[in-house]
Amino acid sequence: MERRRCQIRAIRKRVELANVVDRTEAIPENSVLAFVTIRNEIKRLPFFLEYYRALGVKHFLIVDNGSSDGGDRLLAGEEDVSLWSTSASYKRSRFGTDWLNWLKFRYGGGHWTLTLDPDEFFVYPFCDTRPIQALCDWLDQSGIRSLGTMLIDLYPRGPVADLNYQPGQDPFEIANWFDAGNYMVSKNPRYGNLWIQGGPRARVYFADEPEKSPSLNKIPLVKWDRRYAYVSSTHMLLPRGLNQTYDEAGGEKMSGCLLHAKFLDTLVEKAAEEVNRREHFANGREYDAYHQRSDDPNGLWCEWSEKFIDWRQLELLGLMSKGNWA
Amino acid sequence: MTVGFVMLAHGALQRTADVAKVLSDAGCPLIIHVDARVGEPFDRFKTRVSHLPNVSLAPRLACEWGTWALVQASRDCAETLLRQYPDVSHVYLISGTCLPIKPVPELTRFLADHPDTDFIESVTIGEVPWTKGGLSEERFTLTFPFPWRRRRKLFDLWVEAQRLVGRRRKLPDGLSPHMGSQWWCLTRATLETILNDSRRDEIDRYFKRVWIPDESYFQSLVRLYGRKVESRSLTLSKFDFQGKPHVFYNDHLALLRQTPQFFARKIWPGANQLYRAFLDGRQSVPPLARISPAHIDRTFIQASVRRTRGRPGMVMSGRFPGKDYDSALTAAPYAVFHGFSDVFRDFPRWARLNTGSRTHGHLFAKERVEYFGGQSGFAGAMSSSAALRDYDTRQFLRNLIWNTRGEHQSFLFSPRDSQEITEFLAADRNANISIVTGAWALPLLRSGRSVDEVRKEAAILQQREADFIEILSERRTRARARVWSLAEFLERPLDPLQEIVDSLSGAEQHLLAEMPELKLMVGLPDFLQALRNAGMNPHMAGEVSEDVAAQMPGVARIG
Repeated sequence: MERRRCQIRAIRKRVELANVVDRTEAIPENSVLAFVTIRNEIKRLPFFLEYYRALGVKHFLIVDNGSSDGGDRLLAGEEDVSLWSTSASYKRSRFGTDWLNWLKFRYGGGHWTLTLDPDEFFVYPFCDTRPIQALCDWLDQSGIRSLGTMLIDLYPRGPVADLNYQPGQDPFEIANWFDAGNYMVSKNPRYGNLWIQGGPRARVYFADEPEKSPSLNKIPLVKWDRRYAYVSSTHMLLPRGLNQTYDEAGGEKMSGCLLHAKFLDTLVEKAAEEVNRREHFANGREYDAYHQRSDDPNGLWCEWSEKFIDWRQLELLGLMSKGNWA
Repeated sequence: MTVGFVMLAHGALQRTADVAKVLSDAGCPLIIHVDARVGEPFDRFKTRVSHLPNVSLAPRLACEWGTWALVQASRDCAETLLRQYPDVSHVYLISGTCLPIKPVPELTRFLADHPDTDFIESVTIGEVPWTKGGLSEERFTLTFPFPWRRRRKLFDLWVEAQRLVGRRRKLPDGLSPHMGSQWWCLTRATLETILNDSRRDEIDRYFKRVWIPDESYFQSLVRLYGRKVESRSLTLSKFDFQGKPHVFYNDHLALLRQTPQFFARKIWPGANQLYRAFLDGRQSVPPLARISPAHIDRTFIQASVRRTRGRPGMVMSGRFPGKDYDSALTAAPYAVFHGFSDVFRDFPRWARLNTGSRTHGHLFAKERVEYFGGQSGFAGAMSSSAALRDYDTRQFLRNLIWNTRGEHQSFLFSPRDSQEITEFLAADRNANISIVTGAWALPLLRSGRSVDEVRKEAAILQQREADFIEILSERRTRARARVWSLAEFLERPLDPLQEIVDSLSGAEQHLLAEMPELKLMVGLPDFLQALRNAGMNPHMAGEVSEDVAAQMPGVARIG
């Protein structure tokens, strides 16, 4: 049973986690929780926390994988954060999946859980007028346990190195372009999830070897049960039924987007570090590509790039769907 | 004369208490029934409402969804209300998640103007499909001892078993089954007749085993006893395609202000802005102009359509039609011109002028995607990389058509292109395909290479073309295809072109003023014969006579 294996891994990997601050006692009943792994992301943290607090996330359960920039201290001081730290290998915990599976196993049961990277910003239908609790209540009422999303890379017009991202700043003020309609979708027969690729990274970095372009399908929002486990990042989970976030008869199930604020000036430093560290997916092949191409005057921008406005725009473009939520 | 309320509450008791206070302040008697399954929050609720004048709490029953307990609770409450408050002339049944969206005095005035009218949605099941995603007539002819929410399998099995033996329960005499929304407002006279009915035991026995009796008990009985039934609910409540109630949020404020009904259900308990706007009497905002119920319906109908039918030609994390999906595979009609670039010079320019369609070059060319005007990318940030396109050709074409919805698209095609898309084209009812077979011979002719050099290539191209035609002639093909051999086409090129233009510009008749410029084809019959002699019969081209090739307009100019 693969699901069992994932769980056992997670339980085994718990010894790698040292608790720094435990405020889990304060987690309110039926609240939405966020699970995150970070490493040297101190600049991103203030806006990240602010964004999800505004949506109505009640508690953050965070694993710090050896930050040296003081991000751990910043988090430890936040009233709605519980923090664990580890210096073990990110790669060998399957990119943090095992650690976060453990935390969800321990604290997530019965809660709606968001599993995120610190550069991912969840957008769902009506997110500007309805808190995330309204969404989760609706999903509960509809008998839906997981919500599918697509990761949308947002990028600036010009090289990322020219940006000057400041802590607390909305990253989409400076990186607000995206690819509206070049995504490729297929179905993964093994887990039943959709496999989505495309976007600017496929267009610019992987145009000659598209099979290697990053996966953009994500299922970050799940009504957690101790029997569940993510298999690889948040691309898919077990049991398989949770991956069935799409309708196959032509209709549209409700779905959201994860806005990806990866392409900021912070990337330049990160790419240089990661090329040496080799702790990322497929040995950080992506970072290699960014590292080599970071001198392109347009960056990822092209004349057909679309400027980001709001979720309604994404809905009209067919990148997410209201489903039957009215 | 006043209106009294019966309120059935299940959760979100904070909000229920807020509404109770407003009704009590307006001087309306109110009896609240709280589901016996609600635990600890009930005590807090009790302290909040017990001191309110005219408000009382009913003995609590466990009210599982779709069961008789709901009818019993509302009926018992109504009975108490009528007994305790002799001046109550109408009883209005609301739920704990209802919100008064008009000031209560407006409702009182309205009911005073209609003293004898029962407001209850009540439709005959035979004639109107009222239910959504559930049983309809069988609710009345079968029995339902198992709870649908908790014991779904047993419920379904029991239904199946009864169908198998052809069970049909006998209805009480004179009763005609009607259904409708649970949220009614009935007159004292009608309710008292129902409550004092001498056959009440018999009727109760029957309805206790009907499925979701709270949607049919009063709805059927008013047809027996009501004097003046107006079949509509004074409560706005909308159901989705699965029969779940739609929920109202802060962003529905304008819609609720424009709604003609007096109450709305159900309100999300966290919708602070709605509760403030409608419960805080100090915030009196002039109502917006009323809109028709049809207008309000539209929002909710659109949601159902999106969920059940979706937007054709779009694939994303919530929509991925499977193999059995039989509607259009793309978002809009488009045209494919197979072989045309070998016969004509700059056919895209001509097609753009004469059909208005954005006509691309060979989108599926081996080396790169030839977008309109030779652009390096296209709408939606599509790439011109052949590798990216070939990685998922179907999605490539689907994206192109989706990204340009509102503008007709066309493209050139040829056996020299990547052929992987052909099955998709054939299966797509939006594809309008025009084919000149054998046209691939023309570039070979013009290449100046010897017949021996080109015969192998000719054979491959001809085979690919034949495969495409074969796919198009299969029964499951949905595309519209027209095929001419090169010989037929050259004989009278204007007719096929006129046909194509007509089919693309719809009903509009547009007589062609200009032919696209023909490419050089001198020597074509000899070339075809030479191929034949070399053992490679170019049968797809047909029999081209020397006269035709020589007389083609434009030949002189091009030559």
